[in-house]
Amino acid sequence: MNERITAQISSHRFLALPFILWAMFFIVLPLFFVLGTGLTNEAGDVTLANLLTVLQSEYLRALGLSVELALISTFICLLLAYPLCLILKAKRDKRGLLVFLLFLLPLWMNSLLTTMAWQTILEKHGLINMFLSYLGLPAVHLINTPAAIIIGMVYNFLPYMVLPLYVSLSRIDESIVEAARDLGANFWRTLRHVLLPLSLPGIVSGCTMVFIPALTTFVISALLGGNKVLLVGNIIEQEFTAAYDWQLGSALSMVLMVFIILNILLEAFTDNGEHRKKGRP
Amino acid sequence: MHKELLRLERINKSYDGRKILEDLDLTIHENEFVTLLGPSGCGKTTILRLIGGFERPDSGKIWFDGQDITSLQPEKRQVNTVFQKYSLFSHMDVAENIAFGLKLKGKSRNYIRDKIKYALKLVNLDGYEHARVTQMSGGQQQRIAIARAIVNEPKVLLLDEPLSALDLKLRQNMQRELVKIKRELGITFVFVTHDQEEALSMSDTVVVMNQGWIQQIGTPENVYNEPENAFVADFIGDSNIIDGIMIKDKLVHILGRDIPCINTGFGEEAPVDVQIRPEDIQICAPDQGQFQGIIKQVVFKGTVYDITVLAAGFEWLVQTITGHEQGSEVGLRLAPANIQIMAKPASEDEEAVSDE
Repeated sequence: MNERITAQISSHRFLALPFILWAMFFIVLPLFFVLGTGLTNEAGDVTLANLLTVLQSEYLRALGLSVELALISTFICLLLAYPLCLILKAKRDKRGLLVFLLFLLPLWMNSLLTTMAWQTILEKHGLINMFLSYLGLPAVHLINTPAAIIIGMVYNFLPYMVLPLYVSLSRIDESIVEAARDLGANFWRTLRHVLLPLSLPGIVSGCTMVFIPALTTFVISALLGGNKVLLVGNIIEQEFTAAYDWQLGSALSMVLMVFIILNILLEAFTDNGEHRKKGRP
Repeated sequence: MHKELLRLERINKSYDGRKILEDLDLTIHENEFVTLLGPSGCGKTTILRLIGGFERPDSGKIWFDGQDITSLQPEKRQVNTVFQKYSLFSHMDVAENIAFGLKLKGKSRNYIRDKIKYALKLVNLDGYEHARVTQMSGGQQQRIAIARAIVNEPKVLLLDEPLSALDLKLRQNMQRELVKIKRELGITFVFVTHDQEEALSMSDTVVVMNQGWIQQIGTPENVYNEPENAFVADFIGDSNIIDGIMIKDKLVHILGRDIPCINTGFGEEAPVDVQIRPEDIQICAPDQGQFQGIIKQVVFKGTVYDITVLAAGFEWLVQTITGHEQGSEVGLRLAPANIQIMAKPASEDEEAVSDE
């Protein structure tokens, strides 16, 4: 009896083999390459020199700016997506679905293309400044500033916030909202005491899904930041393609990974917290 | 009867061009247990949602304690609702759920604690303060939903088919407990159900509805014994409903025979619906009955036998305490007092439909 179950399990394990191989060759192995490159010098000796270089102010400043811009973009995405998802939740019909798909549209377009489009909108003689001069207003300097990068990030990554948020908000039954109002809660109190806590898992996964690509992007910062605003993604790209310092590039990637792992841990923690709370007798 | 508390006045409501309620008038009194009874889609839940403030009528007014509350927000009304799906807050424990309304009203910590204790005792769940609502059974969740509503001391408690998800035994228990809670609190209950037994056993007043129209308002005995039309007769309990002609006062012609009854005032030669309850028909020897027929089917139901008798071209449903032989010839006898005469519906809207 026991043997048969064991045999069954091992035959099921066999089905997992392709995925295990995939994970080994395309995820774990490259990770070790990056770690290996980051922790050695050109001669192949193990050293921490690359990591210490990363701690120099110029790199730290880029890292700080990357984190800052990614956080701001994530926050703006959340502010934009939450009311939108509330409206979509209230309008769960064909028109609602249409609006929902409309907001996912940037996902279907090449992000390089959309970012170049933003370039023409934001540049010195771009659409915005043309419109302002038509109104007789002074021109604004947007292109090659952090603000331009934030606009590009928000535009490209908003769908990643809308998707998980919409899913978690639409799972909340309308009668829960009605119960809160029935018990005396106005809109804001219902939002604060019922909708926000119940949609917290969606908020956290939406923030993670925006924060990580925003932190590592180099296309958006390259096109909308010129060479005036350097983010970590751009430095890594330059180390690999222009400076050919793969050791330093890998070390920078490792530092970036720490942030990403922290972020994922945060998400896992909120998820766990939910389960623990539910599991309490 | 107590003082009037709630009045719906000429309410009209439609969804997507479909009329749900038409010129509906309904008055509900203090300390009354009112049940809105009808098949699904008859508009009973819409009435509850109008009183709760979750819907606005297209036209008409809702009066509460002498004030017009037609467009008042739900959070400002002195009514609370027990929802069909319980709708508890899954991110809070039992005590937090019950405290929700009181905290919003800024009540003191001690007051809230005492109220929670009192409410949990009332619904027979003392000691469950810190249980997770997601881990409770349907019956327990329903009790928490009731506790959460009543701690706010509403003047009216609205209950939207609160027992429909429970199994039979639990449902019967909860019926008794709801009546007990109602008596203890002394407030008005407006209860929505499609279960006629539930309506008869709990209510002071039953409002029978069909397709947005009120068919009859009365006490449970009233709507059971003296249904005003064929729909009410058919929907509440089992009935034999037969086309008849009122020959004159106290004499009705059905299935080719003149049968004495006690009803008056229908005029002469007037078409009517005649209702006879299956438990009111007596089975006797063939030569002693007003109708002669053959027993087609006998079904044992526990307390009674359901007997189908084919007589005078009509399949009669008869309920008896003793069994009878299938295929045997019998007579059927009707006491005049047990024959209920009802006017034919005036319009098609009031036409009887079979219950779902």
